[in-house]
Amino acid sequence: MLKILTPMMRIIEVPMLALQRKIGINRLAWAFLLPNLVLFGLFAFLPVILNVFYAMTGGDNVLLADRPDVGARNFAQLLDCSNHFDPNSCREDKFWRAVWNTIWFVVLQVGFMVGFALLTALILNRDIRARGFFRSVFFFPVLLSPVVVALVWKWILQREGVLNAFLDWTGAGGINWLVDAQWAFGWSVFISVWAHMGFYTLILLAGLQAIPRDVYDAALMDRASAWRTFRRITLPLLSPTMLVVLILALIKGVQTFDEIYAFTGGGPGTATTFIIQYIYERGFAGAPRLFGLAAAASLLVAGVLVVLTLVQLRISKENADG
Amino acid sequence: MAKVLSFLTATRGKGRLHWTDWVSYGYLIFGVFLMFGPVVWLLLSSFKTPNELDRFPPRFLPYAQETLVVDGYDEPLLAFVVTEGELEGQTVGQTRRAAGRSEVVSPSNPTERVRLTTDQLEPIEGIAFATENYTQLFERFNFLKFFWNSTFITVTATVLMLLFNSMAAFALSKYEFRGRTTVLLLVIGTLMIPQTVVLVPLFLIVTELGMFNSLWGVIIPGAATPTGVFLLRQYMITIPDEILDAARMDKASEWKIFWRIILPLSAPAIAVLAILAIMWRWNDFLWPLIVLTRTENFTLQLALNSFQGELQTDWPSLLAMTVLTLLPIAAVFMFLQKYIATGIASTGGK
Repeated sequence: MLKILTPMMRIIEVPMLALQRKIGINRLAWAFLLPNLVLFGLFAFLPVILNVFYAMTGGDNVLLADRPDVGARNFAQLLDCSNHFDPNSCREDKFWRAVWNTIWFVVLQVGFMVGFALLTALILNRDIRARGFFRSVFFFPVLLSPVVVALVWKWILQREGVLNAFLDWTGAGGINWLVDAQWAFGWSVFISVWAHMGFYTLILLAGLQAIPRDVYDAALMDRASAWRTFRRITLPLLSPTMLVVLILALIKGVQTFDEIYAFTGGGPGTATTFIIQYIYERGFAGAPRLFGLAAAASLLVAGVLVVLTLVQLRISKENADG
Repeated sequence: MAKVLSFLTATRGKGRLHWTDWVSYGYLIFGVFLMFGPVVWLLLSSFKTPNELDRFPPRFLPYAQETLVVDGYDEPLLAFVVTEGELEGQTVGQTRRAAGRSEVVSPSNPTERVRLTTDQLEPIEGIAFATENYTQLFERFNFLKFFWNSTFITVTATVLMLLFNSMAAFALSKYEFRGRTTVLLLVIGTLMIPQTVVLVPLFLIVTELGMFNSLWGVIIPGAATPTGVFLLRQYMITIPDEILDAARMDKASEWKIFWRIILPLSAPAIAVLAILAIMWRWNDFLWPLIVLTRTENFTLQLALNSFQGELQTDWPSLLAMTVLTLLPIAAVFMFLQKYIATGIASTGGK
């Protein structure tokens, strides 16, 4: 690796040195920033602006110049409902199904995941043996790719899979898990918690270990009960970390796509279709490619994410300031 | 055994285990089964023959019927043990089978063929790892091509990202220039724009740049990350400015200071970022799914997903391919899990 890099670095040095002589040391900073800023501009900021134009135009042409202006009609189509709680009454019913699925999914997934991550972190924070081993056990699924996670569980849950074999053996009888809408949704929540819990456990464990020992020693001196110590010391001192974890989990939860798409394909029906899959299907998977609707839906998701991220940055800043 | 038990039950200087300790260890051991179990099951299943995979209820270990070499027969014969009749208890090889009847020979008497009904025979099975699932990936599918695509994307994107991000982090940590705060705010701004919410315009830009259905269409948009810039900047700030000043006295150019001094000194942070980048790129799914639509451009993740979507799921190949896809990440995990943990804890994910 170094053998390729060294000559490359020497070659770059020539123009960089010439530039340095010409503009001086401090302004050379821009040269160092250039590649990154170009990429950010091209693939982050420009798309944000273009997204607005896509949301305001219709048709299935990808070139903006060939797209007819439709004003706010894409948004109107997305939001037009006689009753927003009932997707059947909406003009774009699939969008609202995805929205409600996503809301339910995020509530359940984040709730269970943060709950179990906290429980696991508390247990790992106890005086236990082989802590490093157990910590990495819970962390392990985080590294698996979404498709692998989906396939691992699909193999277990399939009609003649090992779970149904076990249920047969106990006499409970097998269930066709991924064909039943509610089971498919429940398992989607489960595999998502399974795959991501370790990450949040790690952050919470770091938060727990940052709580000074002497606070607990003081509680011990006062003969505070374990429950009282937990309520009055652990929880309040952990709450900044908890908030960060909660917001991070929400941000990621809203964007859930990969593992569920590979797991159920959004089905049965639309039972596990979430908002990003809606955007993907409208814009890329089906014909006609309704880029306008996809972009309008993206903007709505982006709005939610921006609010969440601002809250997160605010909390992180407060934590850092003490 | 008693030693193991006393090791497991001993506490650090507290004497006997409290009931909460039992609950804790119970939970953790349940966790080991829940987290590793499914992957171990996948691994074992990937070594089973198609017949064995169809079996319900499944068996834990992979079994296959043993074969027998009998004089006068070129191919090894499937081995059975006879359960009733004259030859009861003998091991025989099956030469032909039709409509519930089998023709078998005994290895001790290869010239005499005996006809038996199939219920008089019981297959002899042994634990056997069917590697055909793996070898046929290379014969029947373009596995190497997918593997190469994934590797090329991962390596190139990681190298570019490390270079670009460390250059930007160097500028933001070691230079005083007008507009620095603005740039920092811009970087924070990009944190708020995940790929998932700009898919449509990103698709246009990548297409216009001629990178649709090209591996570069996956590599380039992911080559600059705000997380990487922040992670490296935090680390580079701690490098004392005096080192840079000394190098400048020696007439070193700024670029030389960057790659001869800053980069080597930031190695720990760069290593952490490299591991994260490899993980992100190797496991990437949504963006490649949009950009790479031709089968010959598929990454492993896309190939896996498209094979499982086919009408008749070819589980033997699919299982083997899944194992090969998770193998590199599992290897990284085994050797570098300490760094991964610190890396992820310090960046707060992506």
